[in-house]
Amino acid sequence: MLVAGIKSRPVYGGLSVDPNARRHLFALEGEGALALTEEAARSGADFLKNADILYVASGSRAADHDKALTALGADTFWLSPTVPVLLNRLNVMLGQAKMGTRLYVAVTEGFIGQAMQVALNHGIDHASIRCEHRGSAARRVQCVHCKGVTDNVTTSPYVCTHCGLSLLVRDHYSRRIGAFQGVNIDAEEPGTAPQPEELFP
Amino acid sequence: MTINTEMKVRVAKITPVADKVKRFRFERTDGQPMPVFSGGAHIIVSMRDGQVLRRNPYSLMSAPGDTSGYEISVLRVENSRGGSAFLHEKLKEGDTLVLSQPVNLFPFDHRGKKHIMMAGGIGITPFMAMMEQMELEGRAFELHYAVRTRSHGAYWKELQQRYGAHRIKIYCDAEKLFIPVDAILENQPLGTHLYVCGPAGMISGVLGKARTHGWPKENLHSEEFLAPPPGKAFQVKLARANRTIDVASHQSILEAVEAAGIDAPYLCRGGACGQCETAVVSCDGELEHNDHFLEPDEKASGKKIMICVSRIKGNAVTLDL
Repeated sequence: MLVAGIKSRPVYGGLSVDPNARRHLFALEGEGALALTEEAARSGADFLKNADILYVASGSRAADHDKALTALGADTFWLSPTVPVLLNRLNVMLGQAKMGTRLYVAVTEGFIGQAMQVALNHGIDHASIRCEHRGSAARRVQCVHCKGVTDNVTTSPYVCTHCGLSLLVRDHYSRRIGAFQGVNIDAEEPGTAPQPEELFP
Repeated sequence: MTINTEMKVRVAKITPVADKVKRFRFERTDGQPMPVFSGGAHIIVSMRDGQVLRRNPYSLMSAPGDTSGYEISVLRVENSRGGSAFLHEKLKEGDTLVLSQPVNLFPFDHRGKKHIMMAGGIGITPFMAMMEQMELEGRAFELHYAVRTRSHGAYWKELQQRYGAHRIKIYCDAEKLFIPVDAILENQPLGTHLYVCGPAGMISGVLGKARTHGWPKENLHSEEFLAPPPGKAFQVKLARANRTIDVASHQSILEAVEAAGIDAPYLCRGGACGQCETAVVSCDGELEHNDHFLEPDEKASGKKIMICVSRIKGNAVTLDL
């Protein structure tokens, strides 16, 4: 069960390098590493001289993508242990960045949403951030009732990890919060929520 | 039409400002306050010049929160179609005119961390109101203002006194000083927005440089009102009204349609806003697109025309009006 056809559902244009950018800042998670290695193979590796890569392996630690990224020979490469630590470093780097710096983000929607939140606070327009989404369709969802955010939601409805309500996941997306909206599905008759469907594998 | 809440105003004051530039202050005849506007907004001034009704867009330059009156500054252009000549040579203090409500097609981005404005000549006017607002809101800004000679440049002394020479930089052609666009673009903090208002060549030059410096298009803003360029006379057939109208060589399609008593939608009358976009049913001739609004592929499709500034080279065009 999904409420679709909502305009705020983000569309990600893919990680193509801006040839005019003076500096390229990549915030990558998991398989997002492949988005960059493939782009480097496609567009030539010249831009890497002026590139900073922040990487967190998350679920794909076993694939050793960090080794492939190191081999690209970018100006700087930094491996983060966790997403929050990466976001913190991204925040500091953006605070010192100049115009002409282009931000690229991949790979899960939850990570893209959180990196964008950081970027928006630096006055970057969301449309100028180049994003690529691949792999899991798992969503970061906010319960509109208790405002608790749950990461990696794969079903709809799902049970809010904060307040325990059964929530229908809508395509309604908030850039400010970096999350989809979940709305109570059985408010009239609690306990009658339909079985969860695996909609975001 | 489009907005029919027009305001009748009296010309309260006409002040010569610089070579060929005059400032006009308008106050409402009914004594009501003017609407508050936002920096960068413009109005359409309707002028009854003998038999002709002229309607031109002008940027508001007075303080956005000042509801006692509106002020515009007008350059007397050499080959005036009539608007600037009328305002400079015929309009007197005490005369009445009709103004549209303010419309803003050139607002500053409130998410920006810093705002850089580049003005050429009379392109200074929207920035006067913008800087008032930015100063009030405590925003970081700087103005780079190119003038031909010091006596041609309007308001530069007042602006330097008000905001300081560190924020208001003047570049004078006659002194061989030009805006150092590359140096400015090179060293700005992330989240800076750039605004350009002036001649077409300056706008395209500055924005082109900004793109090569890696500035995203979302951070680039410009405004230029076009005067409808003259051309050969032709006919417009209005499919819905079932009328055929002659467009004279110095008239725009919109003006000809209005002179024939037919209402067509418009907002900026300068090829910028997109409000007057009209479907072309058929065209016996070649469309001459003069606007900034349509995308190149839309212009090439031959199916749309902005009737405020564009015309045709040929005999007749049939429009969905």
